[in-house]
Amino acid sequence: MAERYWQKEIETASREEIKAIQDERLVKTVKHVYDNVEMYRKRMDEAGVKPEDIKSIDDLHKLPFTTKQDLRDNYPYGLFAVPTKDVVRLHASSGTTGKQIVVGYTKHDLDVWDEIAARQLYAVGADENDFIHVSYGYGLFTGGFGLHGGAGKIGATAIPVSSGNTDRQITILQDFGSTVLCCTPSYAMYIAEQVKAKGIDPKTLPLRAGIFGAEPWTEEMRHQIEEMLDIKAYDVYGLTEIMGPCVSYECSEQTGMHVNEDHFIVETIDPDTGEVLPYGTPGELVFTCITKECCPFIRYRTRDIGVLTIDKCSCGRTFVKMTKPKGRTDDMLIIRGVNVFPSQIETVLLRMGYSPNYKIFVDRVNNTDTLLVQVEMTEEMFSDTVTKIKEHEKALEGELRSLLGIGADVQLVAPGSIERSMGKAKRVEDKRKLIGG
Amino acid sequence: MSIRQISVFVENKQGSLVKITDVLASESIDLRAMSIADTQDFGILRLIVSDTDRALEVLRKENCIVTETAVVGARLRNEPGALATVVRVLSENGINMEYMYAFNGATPHHAYVVLRVDDNDKVEALLLDSGIKTITEEQVSEI
Ligand SMILES: [Zn+2]
Repeated sequence: MAERYWQKEIETASREEIKAIQDERLVKTVKHVYDNVEMYRKRMDEAGVKPEDIKSIDDLHKLPFTTKQDLRDNYPYGLFAVPTKDVVRLHASSGTTGKQIVVGYTKHDLDVWDEIAARQLYAVGADENDFIHVSYGYGLFTGGFGLHGGAGKIGATAIPVSSGNTDRQITILQDFGSTVLCCTPSYAMYIAEQVKAKGIDPKTLPLRAGIFGAEPWTEEMRHQIEEMLDIKAYDVYGLTEIMGPCVSYECSEQTGMHVNEDHFIVETIDPDTGEVLPYGTPGELVFTCITKECCPFIRYRTRDIGVLTIDKCSCGRTFVKMTKPKGRTDDMLIIRGVNVFPSQIETVLLRMGYSPNYKIFVDRVNNTDTLLVQVEMTEEMFSDTVTKIKEHEKALEGELRSLLGIGADVQLVAPGSIERSMGKAKRVEDKRKLIGG
Repeated sequence: MSIRQISVFVENKQGSLVKITDVLASESIDLRAMSIADTQDFGILRLIVSDTDRALEVLRKENCIVTETAVVGARLRNEPGALATVVRVLSENGINMEYMYAFNGATPHHAYVVLRVDDNDKVEALLLDSGIKTITEEQVSEI
């Protein structure tokens, strides 16, 4: 099938054209925030940067970063660049720690959001004939409304199921004929498990694609979901602070997500020094919004670690691609001095044939960090002899040690005993934090 | 000739075992024999039941992790030294035994023993040569 684009002209524009658009929009945005947001005016003044000094994206590095703490400090509306009479929607994100943050959207901002979500849907082959089953939560969380808006834009049929009530999700998949499922990868996995448990052959479902995001997941998990639901599983990226889902979107090649560069400038930086890194080097993803009216954050530090690439993509899109983020710097665990991402553990588990239902426990015993990985037993790993099971456990522990660089204990638990998530899965329990460690 | 054994993964958690036996009881599946291998983290419950296919089906439906193994079942006279004979036959022939467990039948004259070995046919032949009868799956349901 020939590749289809929602907005071919911009999605396949030359790099020069993209840069020209970014130059112009950045200059305009910097002036907008300088004139309308006290924090940006102060910060730029302190840094000795005038809006006139920003002539193109080559000057981007002169601008100060924006952090989540800035959003908290200016809660609720302190960073809005338009009067609240122009704001037509609010979304918020609570995060696991600290005060919630709130962002606003003007009518124009929502149009942009719908547009980038439409690009995502077209990129996975959807059009007005499709039924878009949205199982992201609807509410202050941006997940539900993002894809919902995109479905409306392309004239598809949106099914706003929201998250939860998995039996009903499956009934709707069957009866309403959903063709594209949108939810977190962990919830997709749970739906897949339940489809299997009910003895439903996935081939009998009209479902053919999934758009999964809002939490880090692995390639191995993608393969497993694709196999269990008999679909193509695509990655989508976004965060409330920048827009919501579809800041970047995956195409048919499935090797990373194209950043909507006509709306967002993306950079990778060294998270410790703030130094800008070249393409191809893993670093913290930083986004600058260049078309938003209400919350056009400048150089927003996502704390997500990813890699940018500019190689030619087989889909024909020319936007920079970002890899699936390995995880947030916030999710990174430092265990016995070694950096560990939960996604690395997931990679090992799935590669070794275990289920993606796992939980990581970190503790400190006698001043030494301990790492315990609980994973559900599968029929393939089970045996009537203790020796065989212990062999499997040892093999898994060996793999974990070689990939993580530290030892981990493995505990096999009964299927279904690890709590399932309808939204973002809680994979880690770090008990060290409870004792102020 | 071998008989069918079901193994069930049991978490070391209160109630895990009861759940399994309750499921079988509610389906009127009789337990002929039962043994449990315990480790620090988990247990393996091994069962010989009256209706293996149905037991597998209901346990799987209850989300249990199960596996089926062909094991040797031997019928012994219920008298001292009978089990020792079995063990001696195996050891004299260099048979490596993973595990074994014994159970009683309905009549007081016989006891049964389940043997988990690599080569069931070979072990059954050795036992027969020593005058020890082995049982078939059909005979299990009659015990
Ligand atoms: Zn592409």
